[in-house]
Amino acid sequence: MTVTPHETTKASRTADIPFLLKTAFINALIALVLFSLMIGIRTEAGSDGQLTYWTRFGDLASIVAAVFGGSIVIELLRQWIGPTGAEKLVPPAVQSGISFIGHYLAPALLIFTLLVPVIFYNQRYILDLAILVLTYVMLGWGLNVVVGLAGLLDLGYVAFYAVGAYSYGLLATSFGWSFWICLPLAGILAAFWGVLLGFPVLRLRGDYLAIVTLAFGEIIRLVIINWQDLTGGPNGVSGIPRPTFFGIPLDNSDDGLAAKLGIEYSPTHRIVFLFYLILALALLTNWVTIRLRRLPIGRAWEALREDEVACRALGINTTTTKLTAFATGAMFGGFAGAFFATRQGFISPESFTFQESALVLAIVVLGGMGSQLGVALAALTMIGGFELFRSLENYRMLVFGMAMVLIMIWRPRGIIGHRAPTVYLTKAQAISSDLVKEGHG
Amino acid sequence: MDYFAQQLINGLVLGSIYGLIAIGYTMVYGIVGMINFAHGDVFMIGGFIALITFLILISLGLTAIPVILLIVLLVSMAITALYGWTIERIAYRPLRHSFRLAPMLSAIGMSFVLTNYSQIAQGARVKPIPPLITGGYTLHESADGFVIRLSNVQIVVVITTIVLLAIFTWLVSRTRLGRDMRACEQDQTMAALLGVDVDRTISMTFVIGAALAAVAGLMYLLYYGLVDFFMGFVAGIKAFTAAVLGGIGSLPGAMLGGLAIGLIETFWSAYFSVEYKDVAAFSILIVVLIFMPTGLLGRPEVEKV
Repeated sequence: MTVTPHETTKASRTADIPFLLKTAFINALIALVLFSLMIGIRTEAGSDGQLTYWTRFGDLASIVAAVFGGSIVIELLRQWIGPTGAEKLVPPAVQSGISFIGHYLAPALLIFTLLVPVIFYNQRYILDLAILVLTYVMLGWGLNVVVGLAGLLDLGYVAFYAVGAYSYGLLATSFGWSFWICLPLAGILAAFWGVLLGFPVLRLRGDYLAIVTLAFGEIIRLVIINWQDLTGGPNGVSGIPRPTFFGIPLDNSDDGLAAKLGIEYSPTHRIVFLFYLILALALLTNWVTIRLRRLPIGRAWEALREDEVACRALGINTTTTKLTAFATGAMFGGFAGAFFATRQGFISPESFTFQESALVLAIVVLGGMGSQLGVALAALTMIGGFELFRSLENYRMLVFGMAMVLIMIWRPRGIIGHRAPTVYLTKAQAISSDLVKEGHG
Repeated sequence: MDYFAQQLINGLVLGSIYGLIAIGYTMVYGIVGMINFAHGDVFMIGGFIALITFLILISLGLTAIPVILLIVLLVSMAITALYGWTIERIAYRPLRHSFRLAPMLSAIGMSFVLTNYSQIAQGARVKPIPPLITGGYTLHESADGFVIRLSNVQIVVVITTIVLLAIFTWLVSRTRLGRDMRACEQDQTMAALLGVDVDRTISMTFVIGAALAAVAGLMYLLYYGLVDFFMGFVAGIKAFTAAVLGGIGSLPGAMLGGLAIGLIETFWSAYFSVEYKDVAAFSILIVVLIFMPTGLLGRPEVEKV
């Protein structure tokens, strides 16, 4: 854990072996103390409520040995590769290659995504996974408006997802309204809650904002759990109607879409429909965001992110700018929530924990805060990776947490680091001092 | 009135525990300007280590409760402090000069790691222990038979908190380390130029914060008689709320915020509804921040262009 010398010659490398062993030994010792009680001893409450414990020194020994071996390997790698930043790992030639690919990556990905249901028509698992990924892409793009564009740190984004899901769930189950009426309503309600959250946090900055949004997310979740008459409490809302193809149900009945088109019914139709539905919603989010970025409001968001004081000095109304950012982000969260409810057919407070907020925020930050393509790729990586480790069960979140830490250390600016303002002056303008005196500068 | 007095006692005890955790948040925030999301989980780890040490000591045949408590306190403080040190070393130090959000996300990741690590290592079930400190005093008995009780556990919690706070205040205001910490808080570059070892000072901040969280974990274990792997999240959020309420970066503010959150929660449960006690605590946080955007004792942030 000590800093290695920057230039290691061959001679010093061999001389470093005692140092190497010493570092590894110290690390192993630290690991021994850290894990001695937590892993070496296992406690469990017996049937009579009495705690018993047994030892697991074998596990402890293997973990300490792994730390010893691991720190030797890491130290060796560090000496061979040398001190590296992210820039050094990627040579400029490769970087220009990446930017070249970048131009064609987005259209290629879009075409591939459109073709996913055709290619994987018979693989239900892949279709379900693709729907899940697209849901998170949409959530990421929605949160990107708040965090990536306006620079407002929101740790309670899941609240709007919950509002959208419960709006649709409750309206559909109690009044029997169709998905297509409820979808805009869910978005409007979520946007309304976004404004409601926006008001108290207008004067807050940075970390105060983070805790208030986190508290807001928890308040919404706790109210959902406790207001049992309305929301069903921890039992959730079940029997939420499936979406219809603009009024035509996608089922095996005589009125169903399959019967009307005269083709044989298959349950995959609904999955494919859901896939295109979420793809359309996600692309809508993307399109609206890209358009908004070119409008004065989008410019104001980016200006707000870069410098709030300068923003106010230039006469931008920060109140409306912040509120619209919250409302827009929340609205997309609400749409995604309504989609989630109709896809699952069942919602409960368990789906709207802080973990979800953290996951979406991680997607936005890893995606490079403001880069639309980056967010999509980050969502694909995170959710796909999450699925890959499904067999690990309990270890999955452990691996996920470690990955978050490691990615932050490796590329703190995100996988695709990019946060440049959309517009900037290309030419530095010389301003003479007398202009400044008159206030034109 | 008696009911009120009893709730006041309960609220102050709960508030002391929150305050101890909140100090860790506020110290780290003051010195490195990041929200240490993993701090609540450090508190949970402290509780687990205290529980395991208890079990070992009792099975070794030790019966003197004060001796057991002292050993448990020292062991859990030491090991948890090492956790704090390691977390800073692995997850935060490489990101010190990175952009604002990076250390916070790293901390969220670390929090997931710690929660799941203890779930895997110690199982998901709640771990109860028999009450170690029993008995108490009856302070006042009213005509209708309502008794105000002050249990020995509550006394131990409050006294430990006060003693630790005294030691801690002395540490920050009188010792070399405390001076270094305050110097780093104001200007790290300048402090480094004047010969303060910034890395070491920041490490020590994490160590002290983790040690105080371990004490809070032990107090929680004594007071509620149980630990589980998920308790760090809720306690962490509330303690952080307390730190923000008191004005983040301010040490007396953290304690004051802790007591405020403890009292709000207790009184809300006593007079209104238990289910909505957390909603009340968070709502009051939002209301306070509307009128005092930097918390109760926080310094107003200077806007620089």
